Amino acid sequence: MTTFEAARLVAAREIKVKLRDKTFLFSTVFFLLIAIGSVTLPILLDDDPQNVAVSTSATASSEALSRAGLTVLPASSDAEATRMVRDGDADAAVVGGPKVIALDEAPSPVVKALSEAPPVELLEPSDRDPAVEFLVPFVLAFIFFTTSLTFGLQIAQSVTEEKATRIVEILVASIPARAMLAGKVAAMSLLAFGQIALITLVAFAGMQLAGVDTTIVSLIAPAIGWFLPFFIVGFIMLATLWAGAGALAARQEDLAGVSAPLQMIVMIPFFLTIFLSDNALAMKVLSYIPLSAPLAMPVRAFTGDLAAWEPFVSLALLALTALATLGIGARLYEGSLLRTNGRTSFATAWRSRSLIN
Amino acid sequence: MTDVLTVDAVSRSFGDRQVLKDVTFGVTAGRLTGFVGANGAGKTTTMRIILGVLAADQGAVSWRGAPLDRPTRQRFGYMPEERGLYPKMTVTDQIVYLGQLHGLSREDARRRTAALLERLQLTDRGGDQVEKLSLGNQQRVQIAAALVHDPEVLVLDEPFSGLDPIAVETVVGVLRERAGAGAPVLFSSHQLELVERLCDDLVIIADGVIRAAGSRAELRSSYALPRFAIEVAADAGWLRDQPGVTLVSLDGPSAVFDLDGAHDDQEVLRAAVARGPVRSFGPVRPSLAEIFREVVTS
Repeated sequence: MTTFEAARLVAAREIKVKLRDKTFLFSTVFFLLIAIGSVTLPILLDDDPQNVAVSTSATASSEALSRAGLTVLPASSDAEATRMVRDGDADAAVVGGPKVIALDEAPSPVVKALSEAPPVELLEPSDRDPAVEFLVPFVLAFIFFTTSLTFGLQIAQSVTEEKATRIVEILVASIPARAMLAGKVAAMSLLAFGQIALITLVAFAGMQLAGVDTTIVSLIAPAIGWFLPFFIVGFIMLATLWAGAGALAARQEDLAGVSAPLQMIVMIPFFLTIFLSDNALAMKVLSYIPLSAPLAMPVRAFTGDLAAWEPFVSLALLALTALATLGIGARLYEGSLLRTNGRTSFATAWRSRSLIN
Repeated sequence: MTDVLTVDAVSRSFGDRQVLKDVTFGVTAGRLTGFVGANGAGKTTTMRIILGVLAADQGAVSWRGAPLDRPTRQRFGYMPEERGLYPKMTVTDQIVYLGQLHGLSREDARRRTAALLERLQLTDRGGDQVEKLSLGNQQRVQIAAALVHDPEVLVLDEPFSGLDPIAVETVVGVLRERAGAGAPVLFSSHQLELVERLCDDLVIIADGVIRAAGSRAELRSSYALPRFAIEVAADAGWLRDQPGVTLVSLDGPSAVFDLDGAHDDQEVLRAAVARGPVRSFGPVRPSLAEIFREVVTS
C-alpha cells in the first residue's frame, strides 16, 4: 500500500467521523442560518417608510413622493394624517407647511423626496457602495480567521484524541506517520472548503430569493478569485502546524496551552488586517508576510491598488512557507506521537525523531 | 529450525539512559517465543523497534535474512502494551478500518472482521461503540485489531494483562493456532506460569541485555540444579547423614535435596533402596520462575 492510499483511508475515516459529529453538524447549520439571516433579514426588517399620509393642505407634495416610490395615502385633514401615523396606518405624514410627521425617527426617504439636493460632482467616482467597501475585506478576513481557527483546533483535537486513547501506536505500526498527517490535513481542508462553499451557495441563493441586488457579487469577484488560492494554501500552511501542536498534547486538557502560540499566530494577522485596512503601506507589507497574506492580499485585489504580478509573488512566498511548515509540522508530529506521558516540549519533539518511517 | 525474524545487535538510548545493549535473538517460524523480563528491562522498546515504531540507534532487525521493510511489517500483527482504540467508533468499523490500513480491500476486511468477531464471541456487539463495551470485551476487540489482516508474524506486548481467565484461554488458543499455521509468535508477559505453559522458546532480558535465549527444554537443562526429589516408604530423615546431600525440604517420607559435585545421584538411590522401598526418585526440573530468578540475579 502506498503512502497516498494510506492517507486516503485516513482522510475517509476523518470525514466520516466528522459528518456524524453533532458539534460539527450543529455549527454548520448555525453558520448557514447566520448566512441566510444576514442576507435576508435586512430586507425583511427594512422599516423605511412605505406609506405616507398626505393631508389635503399638502397635496402639492404627492407627486414628488410618488416619484420617490412611496405610496401616498390621502388624508382629509392634518389631524387625520397625524392620527394615521399614530395608529400605524401610515409610516409618516406630510401636512400643511409642508411639515413631515413621524413617530420616533425622521423618515429620511420622505425628507429626501421633498428636498432639493444641490448638484454633486465627483472627481474620482467609485462604482462601489462605501458599506461594501468596508464589509468585503472584513468578511473575507473573518472567514479565513474563523475557518483556520475552528478547523485548525479540530485537527489538533483529532491528533490529540489518537494519542490520548493510545490507538496511535497501532496506527504508526501500520502506516507511515506522514500518511496519517496528510490524511488528516486533507480531510479537514476538504471539510472546511466544503462548509464555506455550502454557506456561500446558500447565502447567494438567499440573496436571489430575497431579491437582493446581486451585482455586488460581480464587484467582489476579483477579490474572491484571489481569496480562494490564498485561502487554500494558507489553510494548509496552518493545518500542519495545528497537527504538530495537537501531537505535543497528550490529553485534550493540554491542548489549550499547547496551541496558544498558534492561536496568536492566527489572531494577530487578523486584527492587524482589520485595523490597518485603510493604510495602504501597511496592507502592502501585510500582503507579503505569509501569515497575513491570505487576509491582506485578497483585500488589496478588491480595492484594486496593486500591480498584476503582486499576488503571484505573494502566493509563491506563501506556498514556500507552507512547504516549510509542512516539514515543521510533520517533524513535531512524528517526534511527539509516541510520547503519551504528558505534554511534550517543542524542543523535545523537534530533537527526538523517534519514528523511522 | 531457522530463525525467520532476527534482532541483531540492537542498541537504543533515551537521552543518557541506555535501555537496550546489543540485543540479539531470533524468533522461529511455527513456535511461540516468550519474551520475559522485569519492568523496564527493555521488552517494550525491543518490540517497538521490531515494529518500526521506534528507531534503533545501532543494529538491525531482519526478516528471512533481509532488512525488515515497511511492506513486510504491514503483514505483522502488533498489540502494543498501551492498548487503544477509537472510543466512539463501532467495533466493526474499527476493525475493518485497521484491516484496510494493513492493505486489505474493504470486502476482505469486512469478511475477516465478521469471522474474527465470531471467533471472539463478539458478533452481537459489532455495532456498538467501543467505549460501551466492558473492559474484557474491549480487550477482545484489541486482539481482533492485531489479527484482522491475517498476519504472518505476531508481536504481542503483554497480551494477557488485564484479561479475564476466559479471554486468556481464547488468546492462548489464537496464539497456538497462529503458530500451528507456521507463523512466528513473539509475546512478552509477566505471568511466568503462563509463559512456562505456553512457550516453545524463551528470551530473557534484564537491564537491556539478553541474559538467556533458547528452547524451553534447553534452558531448563542448562539451568537445572543438581537437585533431586525422593519418596520412600518410611521416614527419609537418614538423608541428613548421607554424604554430599544438602536437604532442601523434608516431609516424612518425601524429601528434596541438592547434591554436591563429588557425589553421584545413583549412590543416594542405592542407599535408599538398601533402607527399604523407593516410591519415586528423580531430578527436579527448575520452574521458569526459578530460572528467571537465577538468570536475572546471576
